[in-house]
Amino acid sequence: MAEKIKDTTFSGLLTPLVSGTPDSEAAALATLRRAGNSAALEAGLPSRKVEQWKFTNLNAVARLDWSEDSGDSVSPVPASELALEDAFEITLVNGRVQGLDQLKAAAPKGVEVLTLEEAASRSEAGLGELIPLELLPMAALNTARFADGLVLRVAPGAMVDRIIHLRSYSRADGEVAIAHHPRIVLQIGDGARADFVESHDGSGTFLSNPVVEICVGAKAHLGHHKILDEGQDGFHTASGAISIDAAADYDGFVLHLGKGLARNELRVAINGEQVEARVNGAYIGTGTAHIDNTTFIDHVSPKSTSREVYKGVLADTARGVFQGKILVRPDAQQTDGHQLNRALLLSPGAEIDSKPELEIYADDVQCSHGATAGELDEDQLFYLQARGIEKTLARAMLVQAFLTDSVEMIQRDAVRDAFVALLETRLSELFEGRAL
Amino acid sequence: MALLEIRDLQAEVDGKPILKGINLTINAGEVHAIMGPNGSGKSTLSYVLAGREGYEVTGGEVIYDGKNLFDLEPEERACEGMFLAFQYPVEIPGVAGTTFLRHAINAKRKYHGEEEFDAMEFVRFVRGKAKSLNMSDEMLKRPVNVGFSGGEKKRNETLQMAVLEPKMAILDETDSGLDIDALRIVADGVNALRSEENAMLVITHYQRLLDYVVPDRVHVLAGGRIVRSGDKSLALELEERGYAHLLEDAA
Repeated sequence: MAEKIKDTTFSGLLTPLVSGTPDSEAAALATLRRAGNSAALEAGLPSRKVEQWKFTNLNAVARLDWSEDSGDSVSPVPASELALEDAFEITLVNGRVQGLDQLKAAAPKGVEVLTLEEAASRSEAGLGELIPLELLPMAALNTARFADGLVLRVAPGAMVDRIIHLRSYSRADGEVAIAHHPRIVLQIGDGARADFVESHDGSGTFLSNPVVEICVGAKAHLGHHKILDEGQDGFHTASGAISIDAAADYDGFVLHLGKGLARNELRVAINGEQVEARVNGAYIGTGTAHIDNTTFIDHVSPKSTSREVYKGVLADTARGVFQGKILVRPDAQQTDGHQLNRALLLSPGAEIDSKPELEIYADDVQCSHGATAGELDEDQLFYLQARGIEKTLARAMLVQAFLTDSVEMIQRDAVRDAFVALLETRLSELFEGRAL
Repeated sequence: MALLEIRDLQAEVDGKPILKGINLTINAGEVHAIMGPNGSGKSTLSYVLAGREGYEVTGGEVIYDGKNLFDLEPEERACEGMFLAFQYPVEIPGVAGTTFLRHAINAKRKYHGEEEFDAMEFVRFVRGKAKSLNMSDEMLKRPVNVGFSGGEKKRNETLQMAVLEPKMAILDETDSGLDIDALRIVADGVNALRSEENAMLVITHYQRLLDYVVPDRVHVLAGGRIVRSGDKSLALELEERGYAHLLEDAA
């Protein structure tokens, strides 16, 4: 019976999605896609019966009739609200890379831009290697259906000063619901240094289902900072897989400002000693937003450090989900891993579901996790009011302090400043004339 | 002229009556001290005047500067020149002291229809006042009261008072937790604000502060009522003989 229900759910969405694959595909890509197809068919759309999807429901996705953008008609793209000067910008519209030839020519020194097919035709492509298709149903769907994407390679030892800024726009402003599944691979060579920013913007009814695969080489540094800022009818189901080699440093941050449903799932594998991994995030949920951060930090090797702090503010009937698992494998002695999730609930209708998990198989480790949910501090509010600060502004100040504290963990100055500025703008809009 | 007139004020906290009919008139230019044993209602009086939630007025009225005080929100009272120096100043992580002060002063300026300070004007305005209280720029930039010692917190309260130039300042046990040097700095700051136009209500446990901030009137609060009033010599008498005999008289 269960099988039957699953099939029904899935046939509505997946059948049109799996019918027809792009023509004349490189053999390696075709093999990968076949694996994605069968995994996607096997899993179907994830339902709440799957433990990892207990708090995030895609029934609304299943009910819609999805199409894909042919990529022929490119709608004009607004300037990014995220102010990053002199960035190397890569623009995707409905999952399609814009201006490939110019991109290749304009890439900063030490960065190579390849199409998926070009990369797949080389043996060291790295495409799909970090994605366990059976565990990530939406990544399986991406693997079955990706129509476009890029592989970015940073040469060993290259110091890439220009920020690589991927701007993804979902444009479904007509009657049609548009699904897209971009695929991005980022390979940071040993000892290299780079900053990769993703900003996701969307309007209309869309499903943005990106997969980002990242390898950080030994002694390399990568800043990976993402903003989700999509409209209320949008669905964003991102899967990110990050592999970090010895003595490398990964500085990750995701800021959710979107109003629709967004799930940002990250799998971080620490595959060497002396790694420093920061997997942080912040979110503001308003209206009926649904914001899901699901993370898995896998300590495979000893003597590495991971830090994870997610802080969020939920108003109206917004819902937040935090599922954070840290696995310390038997060999990963002297692991230092800490996780914290804090949520502020500004309205009685707001909700947070928090599920921290520590799974430890080594005996010499320092690990902890904590989760709190609460309201604004009455003493702090009164103190501000007693100094003449109007209640709404006082609340806004406290919310901003709560979130800024977290965004300020971003290491690259220019990115941090841009994120903080955008956060401030959004918060002042949010509190303008509203008694939150 | 009466700046603050408290008439038969009664208030309760969690359904428990704390203030049981307070009468007190403070004129512009005066400093009044309220002394009394623990639990007599001193802090409750300060919170009721400042408008804290949970302190429910059950009777009487307070006329402040010609207005009915209980018609005003806490922030409106502050903008009208009422200032409570907290017994336990609150820590606010993530809000820089300068940001906090700038919001506070601009709230007041806006309330009175004055142009708000820009960042540069504000820094100039605050720096001089901070210096006289022995507060560094670095201290101002730190998050409000976070990691401050007891003395630093009280100096910070005094700085806020200096910046906001209140008409009616209520100092709730501002002397508690201060060593003699800190007490002197705070008292100097308070005295610098005394003028013919404003008034102060100094709530304290000990006479010590009143050596520096000399009051015009001293009142003893016990069991939610003012049981005795006198001039500054009353404070000295209390220091010598304690409260016990007064409580007996009142009973």
